[in-house]
Amino acid sequence: MAERTVIPFGPQHPVLPEPIHIDLVVEDEHVVEAIPSFGFIHRGLEKLVEKKDFNEFTYVAERVCGICSYIHGMGYCQAVETVMNIELPPRAKYLRTFWAELSRAHSHLLWAGLLADSFGFENLFMQCWQIRETILDVVEETTGGRVIFGAAKIGGVRRDVDADTLKRCAAKLADAARSFEELKRVFRDDYSVKKRLCGVGMLSRDDAWRLGAVGPTLRGSGVATDTRLEGYAAYGDLKIQPIVETACDSYARCMVRLHEITQSFELIQEIVARTPDGPVFEKPKGYPNGEYFARLEQPRGEVIYYVKGNGTKNLSRFRVRTPTFANIPPLLHMLQGCELADVGLLVLTIDPCISCAER
Amino acid sequence: MKPLAMTKLSLRNLFKAPATVAYPVVPRTYYPATRGRILIEPTTCNLCVICDVRCPTKAIKVDRKGQTWAIDRLRCIQCGACVEACPRKCLATGNQYSEPVTAKSIDVVPIPFVPPPPKPKPAAPESNDAKTSPV
Amino acid sequence: MIPTQVTHDIEPGELLARVAAYKRGDWRLVQICATTLDVFEMNYSFTRGAEFEHVRVRIPLENPSVPSITGEYFGAFAYENEMHDLFGIQFPGLKLDYCGNFFKTSVKKPFATSMCVIQAGAPKGGEARG
Repeated sequence: MAERTVIPFGPQHPVLPEPIHIDLVVEDEHVVEAIPSFGFIHRGLEKLVEKKDFNEFTYVAERVCGICSYIHGMGYCQAVETVMNIELPPRAKYLRTFWAELSRAHSHLLWAGLLADSFGFENLFMQCWQIRETILDVVEETTGGRVIFGAAKIGGVRRDVDADTLKRCAAKLADAARSFEELKRVFRDDYSVKKRLCGVGMLSRDDAWRLGAVGPTLRGSGVATDTRLEGYAAYGDLKIQPIVETACDSYARCMVRLHEITQSFELIQEIVARTPDGPVFEKPKGYPNGEYFARLEQPRGEVIYYVKGNGTKNLSRFRVRTPTFANIPPLLHMLQGCELADVGLLVLTIDPCISCAER
Repeated sequence: MKPLAMTKLSLRNLFKAPATVAYPVVPRTYYPATRGRILIEPTTCNLCVICDVRCPTKAIKVDRKGQTWAIDRLRCIQCGACVEACPRKCLATGNQYSEPVTAKSIDVVPIPFVPPPPKPKPAAPESNDAKTSPV
Repeated sequence: MIPTQVTHDIEPGELLARVAAYKRGDWRLVQICATTLDVFEMNYSFTRGAEFEHVRVRIPLENPSVPSITGEYFGAFAYENEMHDLFGIQFPGLKLDYCGNFFKTSVKKPFATSMCVIQAGAPKGGEARG
């Protein structure tokens, strides 16, 4: 009869970008059960809404997470703008979409590097992050910050980008896209990558839907949903095709994210070509009164922003339901029956952003 | 499935210059838009305290009596709210990051603002009918 | 005009029946949110394809208790434990119960008192610390 041991995973672990603790009940190198522990990075940011006025809260919303920071700011602004009935100028919508796609590309490249690092492929890790540096340089040139963009504002965007800068950035990103294609070939074809990813962490289509998976975790199991099809910001004018793979394993989820990087680079070129001229800000009048659920697509999946205003300068409730929070039950399902050496890889395969999940 | 799919890329990188910059020997190039630190032009400031009120982290402290403007650089998140709020446009975003420090300190800038002399009040009227209540 | 989002206001007793109906119709649970007003307002959101619907339940601030939906949607354990720790709402029937250890905050039930509720006359401060 095999003996069971409990091995703690995290909160400090080289594969984890943020701390999460999982107790693994292990029987001879196979994980039988996994019990997660949270709370290492809970800052109670949702309660700050009651102290900071709704304009100032944009700074807090952006700093919920470092990797997905821009889309948090954009989602908060979008939810409050819908409650206050503000119609954004078209140039502001396109600039927001430009930065959102840059945010998606940089987040997926960060993830691709971490995945390569999790099975020891340090060379590929460094190359992915080298391409990410080009994206961060473009972001710094257009917004002023590399990680915290500081570009979202209720009523529009905080700064304008002139047409020459946009063209220059588009040229840099086209070069980055070409370099990325070589790395994608390595992920797709290399023997050691496939040996570690294929067949690992099976999540069938029914399980993914039933457990509430979102984003590439769901799309890698064959379900074609993408919140960008709702048509918020400038996505209504762009052709988005959800990228779906049917193999239901870690390799499928990896390929979904890599194809999404290519899709983001293509979308950025289209956005730069179509951005109209005009103002970038419309001053909001009054205070928010009403409630609304805004749905956006973060790199990790579908994110919900719930905003409830009561006519004063403080909102009465702000809630972010981040995609990582919804992907934890599928993670626990995937961890049952896996090998101990694959635990780091499987935790990474849902793209955990724990500081988003715990706010 | 290809074994060693990374070989071509690795060999090319072996003969290329390194991608990193030899900082601090080679200084980092900043973009004009980089939000590095907050700078103040002391001669234009009139101690209106708006930047102190608007700062989300309360990094800026304005002392009207002592006539100083102080910023805690480690508390500042370089958001630019003070720059946008200043009515005299005396705050600006510099594009160099602050240097690393070994102890927490607050940068204090004396403001040479001289408030204008108060205007002389007009003489008060002699009978004040508004104060008497109607019968 | 705020675009209207379909919200059904129901009693706590009907919640399990509604959630079971959503489960049979192959809807995905999107999120559960609690708001502190003069009552606790619980919003459950479900989606299927392009449809997005909400169910709202109101429960009193004293001894708040809502039946757990982890029987139908196991993934809800994360949301329910979070709300138990932050708001003090009890969920009888919760399948994976952390007994208050999900978020180990030093102030218990930090979100249960809202400054927006107490700003109309009651002493300011309460449990909300900045």
